[in-house]
Amino acid sequence: MSAWIPDLTTRLGPLELKNPVMTASGTFGYGLEYESLMDLNRLGGIVVKGLSLKPMAGNPPPRIVETACGMLNAIGLANIGIEAFLSDKLPELRQINTKVVANIYGHHIDEYGELAAALKGVEGVHALEVNVSCPNVDCGGMAFGIDPAIAASVTERVVRNTDKPVIVKLSPNVTDIKLVAKAVEGAGADIISLINTLTGMAVDVETRTPKLANVVGGLSGPAIKPVALHMVYQVARTVKIPVIGMGGIMDVRDALEFLIVGARAVEIGTANFVKPGASLEVVEGMARYCADHGIKHIGEIVGSLRSVIGKQ
Amino acid sequence: MIDRYTEIVFNRPVAHDTWIMGLRSPELAAETRPGQFVMIKVRSGMDPLLRRPFSVSGIEEDRCVILYRVVGKGTEIMTTLQAGESLEVLGPLGKGFAMPGEHELPVLVAGGIGVAPLFFVARSLEKRPLEFMMGFRTAREIIRPDSFKGPHHTLSLATDDGTEGHPGFVTDLLPPFLEKHRHLSLSLFACGPQPMIKKVAEAAMRYETPCQVSLESAMACGFGVCQGCAVKASSEASRAYHYVCQNGPVFNVTSIDWSRFC
Repeated sequence: MSAWIPDLTTRLGPLELKNPVMTASGTFGYGLEYESLMDLNRLGGIVVKGLSLKPMAGNPPPRIVETACGMLNAIGLANIGIEAFLSDKLPELRQINTKVVANIYGHHIDEYGELAAALKGVEGVHALEVNVSCPNVDCGGMAFGIDPAIAASVTERVVRNTDKPVIVKLSPNVTDIKLVAKAVEGAGADIISLINTLTGMAVDVETRTPKLANVVGGLSGPAIKPVALHMVYQVARTVKIPVIGMGGIMDVRDALEFLIVGARAVEIGTANFVKPGASLEVVEGMARYCADHGIKHIGEIVGSLRSVIGKQ
Repeated sequence: MIDRYTEIVFNRPVAHDTWIMGLRSPELAAETRPGQFVMIKVRSGMDPLLRRPFSVSGIEEDRCVILYRVVGKGTEIMTTLQAGESLEVLGPLGKGFAMPGEHELPVLVAGGIGVAPLFFVARSLEKRPLEFMMGFRTAREIIRPDSFKGPHHTLSLATDDGTEGHPGFVTDLLPPFLEKHRHLSLSLFACGPQPMIKKVAEAAMRYETPCQVSLESAMACGFGVCQGCAVKASSEASRAYHYVCQNGPVFNVTSIDWSRFC
């Protein structure tokens, strides 16, 4: 029996990764914070903390609270802003042999266009990930990504202003995610990533106050995996463009579930807080899985979910 | 900062609902400074999910000592852990205390489990004269500092219910002390419940005494990426919020916006 090293290279339309594992925005800072803890060169990609035109301070504390098998966050999109990212973080990020994805968000649709334009031609940024889960100031604070038409407009604005692959990151807090997915695909998105956090809250029964200063926050962690997995399954069967799956992935088995239902790559988020090396463990686990199952290329299992009915 | 498995050397109660744990880790023992903390995964798996932050209370040879109060799910699990078991620890983390100058008299003010990082400070200043004020709710919660006390250390005790020492808050003891010793150069260190820290900060600023406080916060990561541990910065700072895990947990009193603190 001949031995082979499984091929983990991953093609997401115009974006090529050395393996299907990326780290999710908001959980990996600007990547450099993890340098002493793990070999970042082995990652498929790093999605940096969401960038806005102007720096944002974030919400008053408390910003986070642990919940059963998960956590709520209301960080408030705190970030250093696009200019500081370009001058202070990107030069060092360029030294890492991995793909860098700039996650961007705006308060108005114009800001998305301006951010895309600011990153046009910027070396070292390999793709944009568009966050449409933040509140649309022009629409009473409702998230851009709730309305398929608005999500499509945002997508179109970014696509028009960039030379880079465009990933649109969908919100799960919608009635039918397939509609949003189809709309952003139609507007020119190259790739779709999902899910962002689920809206939730927690209450302190002694003081009878919300545990988050912002009252509501986003739920992440293992608790959301079943919801995320189903949504990835739905979207992967709805669009032709590649899908990146995320939501509660803690280890390689979780990641494989997402690939099997149709994601071509995954993003690891909350797990990084608990186990900084989690994303690399997933990479190693995928190679082992392929070797154990005689799979030559990881792409073979994408969308390979078998029908139960066929068994009868 | 490294993530490592450490061996539990001892784990036992020292006061009501308060335990002490020794973790063997030569690297942590060599690197950790007073005021720094570690993030501990109390149990493998996803429930509870997040690590918990603990100040390092002392270093004994190759062991890192943690003092903890049982306040919830994570700390309850910790009380069941046995010597010989292994625990995942990330650290050392954060900015520790700046040690007092040669001519300064260190004054430590602690409330409850807030003694934890200050025992490490006292140990580092073992040979020097030092004033240590500590307050607890009641006598059975007093964490006796026998193994942390130097020969020139003066201890003052307060209990809310008067079952031992001064009847009242530890912060009752501070202003008279600051007043009496205003001719001396003092260096204040404080850690404890938020209202207590705030009172110490206010007294320190009133008497213009240099003062460092160790704050705590809910944390998801502990090493500067989740941005969950925000505390409002004073107007003198260059940013709106400080992060307890990166810019702290030790802060100069002048860098915090106390009006938004608690």
